[in-house]
Amino acid sequence: MRDRASGRTVGGMRTFFLQAPAVSMLLLWMLVPLGMTLWFSFQRYNLLNPMISGFAGVDNYTYLLTDPALWTAMGNTLLLVGWVLAITVVGGTLLAVLFQQEFFGRGIARLLVIAPFFVMPTVSALIWKNMMMHPVNGVLAWLFNLFGFQAVDWFSSLPLTSIVIIVSWEWLPFALLILLTAIQSLDDDQVEAARMDGAGPIAIFWFITLPHLKRAISVVIMIEMIFLLTIFAEIFVTTSGGPGLASTNLAYLIYIRALLDFDVGGASAGGVIAIVLANIVAIFLVRTVAKNLET
Amino acid sequence: MNQTLSKKLILTLLAWFIALVVFFPIFWMILTGFKTEGEAVATPPSLFFDPTLVGYHEVMARADYVKFAINSVIVSVGSTLLALLVAVPAAYSMAFLPTPRTRGTLLWMLSTKMLPPVGVLMPIYLIFRDLGLLDSLTGLTIVYMLMNLPIVVWMLYTFFKDVPKDILEAGRMDGAGTLQEVLYLLVPLTLPGIASTGLLSVILSWNEAFWSLNLTTSDAAPLTAFIASFSSPEGLFWAKLSAASTMAIAPILILGWMTQKQMVRGLTFGAVK
Amino acid sequence: MATLELNNIVKEFGDTQVIKGVDLEVKDREFVVFVGPSGCGKSTLLRMIAGLESASSGDIKVDGQRINEVGPAERGLAMVFQSYALYPHMTVEDNMGFSLRLAGVAKEQRRQKVLEAARILQLEPLLDRKPKALSGGQRQRVAIGRAIVRNPSIFLFDEPLSNLDAALRVQMRIELARLHDELDATMIYVTHDQIEAMTMADKIVVLQGGIVEQVGSPMELYHHPRNRFVAGFIGSPKMNFTDVEVLDANADGVAVRLPGGGECRVPVDGSNARPGATLTLGIRPEHLMLDDDGPLGGEIVVIERLGGVTSLYVQCHGDEWILVTDGDVRHRVHDAIRFGFEPGRAHLFAEDGLALASLERHPLVNVERKENRASTASDDR
Repeated sequence: MRDRASGRTVGGMRTFFLQAPAVSMLLLWMLVPLGMTLWFSFQRYNLLNPMISGFAGVDNYTYLLTDPALWTAMGNTLLLVGWVLAITVVGGTLLAVLFQQEFFGRGIARLLVIAPFFVMPTVSALIWKNMMMHPVNGVLAWLFNLFGFQAVDWFSSLPLTSIVIIVSWEWLPFALLILLTAIQSLDDDQVEAARMDGAGPIAIFWFITLPHLKRAISVVIMIEMIFLLTIFAEIFVTTSGGPGLASTNLAYLIYIRALLDFDVGGASAGGVIAIVLANIVAIFLVRTVAKNLET
Repeated sequence: MNQTLSKKLILTLLAWFIALVVFFPIFWMILTGFKTEGEAVATPPSLFFDPTLVGYHEVMARADYVKFAINSVIVSVGSTLLALLVAVPAAYSMAFLPTPRTRGTLLWMLSTKMLPPVGVLMPIYLIFRDLGLLDSLTGLTIVYMLMNLPIVVWMLYTFFKDVPKDILEAGRMDGAGTLQEVLYLLVPLTLPGIASTGLLSVILSWNEAFWSLNLTTSDAAPLTAFIASFSSPEGLFWAKLSAASTMAIAPILILGWMTQKQMVRGLTFGAVK
Repeated sequence: MATLELNNIVKEFGDTQVIKGVDLEVKDREFVVFVGPSGCGKSTLLRMIAGLESASSGDIKVDGQRINEVGPAERGLAMVFQSYALYPHMTVEDNMGFSLRLAGVAKEQRRQKVLEAARILQLEPLLDRKPKALSGGQRQRVAIGRAIVRNPSIFLFDEPLSNLDAALRVQMRIELARLHDELDATMIYVTHDQIEAMTMADKIVVLQGGIVEQVGSPMELYHHPRNRFVAGFIGSPKMNFTDVEVLDANADGVAVRLPGGGECRVPVDGSNARPGATLTLGIRPEHLMLDDDGPLGGEIVVIERLGGVTSLYVQCHGDEWILVTDGDVRHRVHDAIRFGFEPGRAHLFAEDGLALASLERHPLVNVERKENRASTASDDR
């Protein structure tokens, strides 16, 4: 009876057994593929041609780094991430302030405006590709014609811009949702004190609201970056990276190498680059979150 | 008085205009789902038409649509239940039996989420090929579970942290063992939190489109892959596509609306509440 | 029937020792209060007795048996938490019966025991309610009821009244004292409020910085504080302290020079004091008397009239003194007054804080509220 209880007050073992499944699974999920990616990236390895094999040294990297496609893809990745971030963060902040105000039907309007975030990426991409941006039957084409402009063939002439628009449409609601939540935690007293001090709406936004949102904005930027660096489905469904490489980002390039060319070595080298890029962002995100974490 | 009213009216107009513009593509898709194929591609686009369920009938009639939908349900619900099963004990011990390593473990879990899927596409693809998990529901379920596990642990952790430690200690004084503590006290007390964590995990799995496109072909393909198949020549059937898409996003949209508050907490790892 | 014994208990969190070797004996049916400022280790000590924390070293014995390795539920103790820690999703009845349910007691029996406890605490009409539908005082009683149902050998209370408002606190204090009498159980009670300690305890344990400063009956602590910390902690308003110079000292008393030049001879053992040394004189506000010929004097800075008594805050030779006087005193702020005290009421503390022993024990020190039990003071300094 009494022995049964021994060790109950000792947390160490219990903690170990309770966390072991989660920790070991994630450890496997992270380390095994990571190790293999690193290993493959130094190998000659093509699934279509078993004759090619052996240690490649840094050949995969040299080949990749000297391939203009990589630099195009990198450039596209940065453009995509940069533009979407700018649009969603600035737009999200302004909209958060707007949707924080009292107005008629606020609850429903809020639901409508955050809806795109919950739409699966393949569906959003197809809505835009077919119904919005179609050069003949799209709503945008009709609108352009209505106002006397030439309809644009979005995916042929402005492929990257089109992707930016679609992705921004998906992520603007995310930024809005987070920032709106953050703005609601702003102390009313603070705003009223500022108003008593003679601050107008713009001064309040600039000196009270924006500083209050600083951390939320940085979290939004970092989380979006993690996802935007590896945008895939939207490109896959709409432009397939084209025309040429005009809308190929790093993720899509790796996909082409991996599952279209079956060049495991090359794709893995690209993967390593993607991991390095993501980790630079991750360090900052983890730091921000860590600051907020008291255990 | 009048001034505040007119200010409110202007705000209302502005906000609703933006809300409608942002929502328009979804609205248009839903509308198109009720059109005939002819009306769907009509120029100028027709706003007024005789709504028809032909698109829905045709999609439902295709046996494979139902299969894709079932796949989506199995994979997203299955991966969520598995993730919860593994995460509840972990989050419990992190919240109530913290050690000096807890903080590090939590942050490490977060960092696994930062690993870009493309970075490990090749190894996962090859491992799955060798284990015969390519295009299998089991394989996709495992991937989704692991993909969501860090978020699930984090969300549960933040919800569990809100439970006063005293209550569990009172339970221990009353003779509850770890399992009883979790089943009789912790789970009933945090049920809303656990539910919204589960919903977020379902939503993320349901909408996932990298692994589903790359690891499945037909047998285990979920709705994301099904919809993507419309990008090929079949994409000409806009009404059918819209009907299928509407059905694919409707449940998630509703779940998302219901849990938006708690989702913020999960998506930002507790940094924004 | 239960006694508790702590032998050299030490608790370390990482590198910091929060409990630095505590020895204590609690007798059967005794009401023991741990009191001290926040962070003194009193709650940690209680949680170690409960089994919610493990002791880093030392023995915890109940009825002479070491229980360090026994789980909290098997120790046969019950605890009432500061936050009450009621299970919010269960009714009052289920809350009180939870331990019995876990122990596999049949439903009928469970109900009977719960009803019995509910009767003692007058909770019968509330049995079907959830905790959030109860007032603070009712929640408190449910928490106590939950402890009673377990029929524990020792009751542990962790600051149980600190979440109640002042009026309710007084009422619950009385109820707890009555309950102690009725249940005839050993109780250990933690509080930071010295009034709760004074009013309820058979024995008070004063803790500071993980060390027991003094153990004794309330009157012993009041009249014979072992050191300056206990003297300042027990009693309200706080004891006045001032530095004095020793003029003459021997085993029969110490003569000191007060601020302002007055002299007085305090009846304490001065064998170790040297003339010319500086000691600290302590005197309780209620022991200071207005006296036009008194050795001390100064200007009144603040007056607090409570009706029955009046507190005067007096600026006197650089120190602020508090006098508790008659409620009808006519003085006003800025009046100059003179005051004094009976030398037998004063305490002297050496430089290390320890009190010089009084020559005479106060007659009430060993009178206990129920039966007579010799108290064993233990300290480890």
